[in-house]
Amino acid sequence: MDNELYQAVLLQHSKQPRNFGPLEHATHAADGHNALCGDEISVALRIEGDTVAEAKFTGSACAICTASASIMTGEVKGLTCAAAQALAGNFRLLLKDGAGPDLPKKLEVLSGVHQFPQRVKCAALPWETLVSAMKSPAA
Amino acid sequence: MALNISSIREQFPFLKETVNGQPLIYLDNAASAQKPSRVISRMSRFMESEYANVHRGIHLLSERATAAYEKARTSVATLLNAPREEEVIFTRGTTEAVNLVANTWGRENIRSGDTILLTEMEHHSNLLPWLKLAGDVGAKVEFVPVLENGAALDLESAKRLLATGPKLFAFVHIPNTLGLENPVADLCRWAAESGATTFVDGAQSVGHQPVDVQKLGCDFLACSSHKMCGPSGIGALWGRHELLAAMPPWQYGGEMVDRAYYDKPATFREPPARFEAGTPPILEAAGWAEAIAFLNDTGLDAIREHSVSLANLAAGRLREIEGLRVFGPEIRQSGIVAFSIEGVHAHDVAFFANERGLALRAGHHCAQPLMRKLGSISSSRASFYLYNQQADVDALVGILHEAVAFFR
Repeated sequence: MDNELYQAVLLQHSKQPRNFGPLEHATHAADGHNALCGDEISVALRIEGDTVAEAKFTGSACAICTASASIMTGEVKGLTCAAAQALAGNFRLLLKDGAGPDLPKKLEVLSGVHQFPQRVKCAALPWETLVSAMKSPAA
Repeated sequence: MALNISSIREQFPFLKETVNGQPLIYLDNAASAQKPSRVISRMSRFMESEYANVHRGIHLLSERATAAYEKARTSVATLLNAPREEEVIFTRGTTEAVNLVANTWGRENIRSGDTILLTEMEHHSNLLPWLKLAGDVGAKVEFVPVLENGAALDLESAKRLLATGPKLFAFVHIPNTLGLENPVADLCRWAAESGATTFVDGAQSVGHQPVDVQKLGCDFLACSSHKMCGPSGIGALWGRHELLAAMPPWQYGGEMVDRAYYDKPATFREPPARFEAGTPPILEAAGWAEAIAFLNDTGLDAIREHSVSLANLAAGRLREIEGLRVFGPEIRQSGIVAFSIEGVHAHDVAFFANERGLALRAGHHCAQPLMRKLGSISSSRASFYLYNQQADVDALVGILHEAVAFFR
């Protein structure tokens, strides 16, 4: 039921997302779009050397997608791009199987999503957009 | 005459399904309608004792199948009050019908510099084939605007744009989001005065209310079986015979050819065969004919009245929810109610509703440019049909109140 998916912590993140808003002096950015349900999200990064120094997001998305983006932007801050990329891969496993290696505790709130196949895309969208942002230097 | 809802509901087996132990309430009719027992059993019976390929075999089953298939054409022609049965071409659905006309009539008649007129409220299916055609031949595309909040088509602009002499005016009869009905007969009359050919997307109107192509005065009209209690995989294009007769084939193969040779061009059959290459949706035609008989027995005027009155009841009560915006006119003209709720995303609404047994649609409803213009990329939609009841509206309103409290 709802509570397995919409845990209290997740709802908090969706109602008051962290790192929401435009990022000044972004070096990298990308837009993500879920054509099925209309989630739209933009991820902006400031990458210094090979480290993600700052990560923020904007857009209009459902509770799962917004919470996922809120947690993600907090978790990748300070990681090297390679580590962020690896984390994105492990998070993908969490969405697929409900568990994945080396995942920070805060991501556990999204472990229930794998039981709801139609919502996996919602949780995955911010991370897919992050990976594409890391490859897209801002003009 | 009012519908006997309890008797209608008994004829729909899907209503016995439950979700998390609760009765299933189906308000996604604008996406596809459910099937009554008599359609289901008709299709079983057809497969058991009447099925073979059509128009080919000189044997008993082929004769039975051909008779059923052609009887379905008669049913559709009668439903639309088409002057001639041969004007009904079976397609996979409305989308294929639009693509058929764009790729045949369109390629023969739309030239570089010509204008195709559409409206801002088109489903992707009556938008993208024309944009592709225009791009390929160098034609212009213009759009009749929608008024504030999607309340209506801007008819003054429609008149003005039609007066500029577009080659084609393709537009929707009942849009799948706005709960309104376009004045098709007026639009077709203005189009005819300026010499524009008209194509009407009837996906949401045919089978939901009486639709008479002669009264509407259009040149082409498309519809889908699955939106009117028939099976998916079949729909129809109706076109005026002189237009169809002048159109080249679209797909090539069996059934549509007259004479074929190794070394010289083939000749093709008259409509409708010319546009029905390959083995057609035979079983689906039999099922669709049964659905049409069911709708006729029930009464299309009564079905319309029932769906619209439930939609009006729902729209009124939904507007009482703070921050909820219903798209379209104040008074519903169709059974469709699309809405957005401030601070609550449509995808969450649909998920939350499903957990409680209520099937809603969430998203852009295959009308991305329209939703963008209305300032809502994602909205929820409840759409009513003959088997819905007032209790469904109560459930909808109750669940939405709950959802707002949960997510906001």
